[in-house]
Amino acid sequence: MGKDSRLILDPLADNNPITIQVLGICSALAITAELEASIVMSISVLFVLGVGNVVISLMRNIIPSKIRIIVQLIVVATLVIIVDLVLKAFAYELSKTLSVFVGLIITNCIIMGRFEAFALGNSPWRSFLDGIGNALGYGVILIIVGFFRELLGSGTLLGFPVLGDPIEKTGLYALGYENNGFMLLSPMALIVVGIIIWIQRTKNKALIED
Amino acid sequence: MGLKQNLHNFRQKNKDKKWLPAFSAIHTFLFLPNETTHNGTHIKVADDLKRTMNTVIMAMIPCLIFGMFNAGYQHHLAFGEITQATGGFFSSEFWTLDNFSVGFWKVIPLVIVSYVVGLAIEILFAIKNSHEVEEGYLVTGMLVPLIVPIDTPLWMLAVAVAFGVVIGKEVFGGTGMNILNPALTIRAFLFFAYPTWMSGDKVWVHGAVEQDQLIAAGQNVDAISGETILGSLAQNKEAGYEIMDMFYGLIPGSVGETSTLLILLGGLFLIFTKIGSWRIMLSSVIGALVMGLIFNGVVSSGWITESSKFYGLMSTEFWHHLLIGGFAFGTVFMATDPVTASQTNKGKWIYGFLVGFISIMIRVFNPAYPEGVMLAILLMNVFAPTIDHYVVQGNVKKRMKRVKAKVA
Repeated sequence: MGKDSRLILDPLADNNPITIQVLGICSALAITAELEASIVMSISVLFVLGVGNVVISLMRNIIPSKIRIIVQLIVVATLVIIVDLVLKAFAYELSKTLSVFVGLIITNCIIMGRFEAFALGNSPWRSFLDGIGNALGYGVILIIVGFFRELLGSGTLLGFPVLGDPIEKTGLYALGYENNGFMLLSPMALIVVGIIIWIQRTKNKALIED
Repeated sequence: MGLKQNLHNFRQKNKDKKWLPAFSAIHTFLFLPNETTHNGTHIKVADDLKRTMNTVIMAMIPCLIFGMFNAGYQHHLAFGEITQATGGFFSSEFWTLDNFSVGFWKVIPLVIVSYVVGLAIEILFAIKNSHEVEEGYLVTGMLVPLIVPIDTPLWMLAVAVAFGVVIGKEVFGGTGMNILNPALTIRAFLFFAYPTWMSGDKVWVHGAVEQDQLIAAGQNVDAISGETILGSLAQNKEAGYEIMDMFYGLIPGSVGETSTLLILLGGLFLIFTKIGSWRIMLSSVIGALVMGLIFNGVVSSGWITESSKFYGLMSTEFWHHLLIGGFAFGTVFMATDPVTASQTNKGKWIYGFLVGFISIMIRVFNPAYPEGVMLAILLMNVFAPTIDHYVVQGNVKKRMKRVKAKVA
C-alpha cells in the first residue's frame, strides 16, 4: 500500500510533472489566465491520463513495440475527442476559451511520457494511480498559477469580483488599486511557474540539480 | 580612537550576527573599510564598485534637477498659468522656484520609494544569503525615477521595483549576475502591467490624469493633453516643438529623459571618467542614424505616402530621432550598463549598433510602443552573451590558424 500511495503523492510534490520534470509547460502558460479554464483543463487531463494509462496498461502485452507510439496516439486522440465533444456540448463558452488547447492535450508531453514510462510496464491499477497522481500534480500547478493570474490580473476569481468593481471604483479600487495587465500575458505565467519552482527548491534542497 | 575605528571594532565584535550584512552595507557606503587582504599580491585601485556607482549617479544629477524644473514647467504651461518660456533653456522664466517646487514634491517621493523598496529587498536577500550588500542598486534606484512618468502612483512603483529587483536581479544571484538591466525590467513591468499609467497623452504632465478624472466625474474643467513628440508623430500629427526645445528638453516626457543636452554632458562625463563605454554610445547613435536614414530613404523614394500610418515617424528627419523620446537617455545610461552589455570591444560595437537600429525600428513599426529604446536594450541584453561568445570564438579561431601556419 505504501508503494501505491507514493504513486499519487510523488507527482504532487517532489516529482511534479511541471515544476520538476518541466513537462506540459505550453498549456500551463497558455490557458491559466482564468481560474475556471485552469480547473477544466486539469479535469480534462485527469480524465485523459487516468483512463489512457489504464487502457494502455491493459493492452501492454499485445502492443507490438514497433508501433506502440501510434497506438498510444490513437488512445489519447480518442479520449481527447471525447473531452472536446463533452465540453462543446455542456460548456460551450469555456470550450471556446480553451479553443485549440483541448485538442493539444494530445501533444502534452506528460501524457505520452506516462504511457511510455509507466503504463507499458505496470498493472492497470498501478497505472491508474500513476495517471491520476501525475494529472493531479499538473492540475495543482495549473490551479495555483490560474488563481494568482486571475486574482491579480482581472481582480476576479472564477469570474466573481472579489476585489471590488474597477469601473464603479468600489472595494480595493476605491483606494487607487489597479489590475495588473501583465498578469494576463503569457510571460507572467512563466514567471509565476518559475517562482513556484524557486519556492519548492528552497524548501527541499535535495531537488536542486547542478 | 575615532568613529571609524569604533565602527570597525563594532563590526568585528558582531561578526556572527545575522543582521551584520545590513550594517556592513551602510558602513561601507559611508566609509572605506579598513580591511586588508593578507595573501598574494594586489593592486589597489580607487575605482571600486562604490566609486563607479557614485560616478554614474553624479552624471545623472543634472538630469534629475532639470527634470524637476521641467515637470513644474510643463504643469504650469498645460494649465495656462504661464506662457511658453521665450528664451527656452536659458530664460529665467523656466528656472523659477515655482516650477522647481512643483517638480520637487512630485519627483522626490519617486526617488525615495525607489531607493527604500529596492534597498530593503537587497538587504533582505543579503541577510538571507549572508553576503555583503552590493552597491549595485544605487544606480538602478536613481535611474528608475528618471524613466517613469511624473504621475506614476507610488504603490505601482513600489510593486514594480520589488518585481524588478527580485526577478530581474536576485534570482540570478544579485549584482553582477543579472541578464537584464534591472531599471529597464522595472520600467517594462510598469509598462505591461499598468499601460494606462505609462503611455497615452495624459501621464506626461503632472495633473492631467487628475483633470481627466474630474471630467469623468462630471465637473466642468479643461482637459489637459500633454502628448509626447513620439506620441504625436505616431498619429501622423505635427510634433509641435522647436528643435532647440527638443535638444534642451523643454518637452513632455518621463522625468529625466527629456534634456538631450544634459544627457550629452552626462555621457561625456562618463566617457571622460572611463565609466561608460564610448563604443556602445557611439555605435548605438550610428545604428539609430542608419535606421533613420533608411526610413527617410523609403519615404523620399515614394513607397510610403502621407496616408500611411507610418508616415509621421518615417518622415521624421533621421537625426531628430536622437533628440526625441528616451533614446539619448537609454543609450547613455542604460545600454552602457557594464553587467548587461557586451564585454568584448568588438561585441560592444555590434551590441550598440543593434540597440540603436532596433530602437528606431520599434518606434516606427509598433505604434503600441512609441518608445522602442526600452525594448531594444532589453532584447540586446539577452543577446549580449551570445555576441561575446562568437567574438571570443572568432578570436580563438584566428589565433589557432596562426599557430597552424607556424607549425606547417
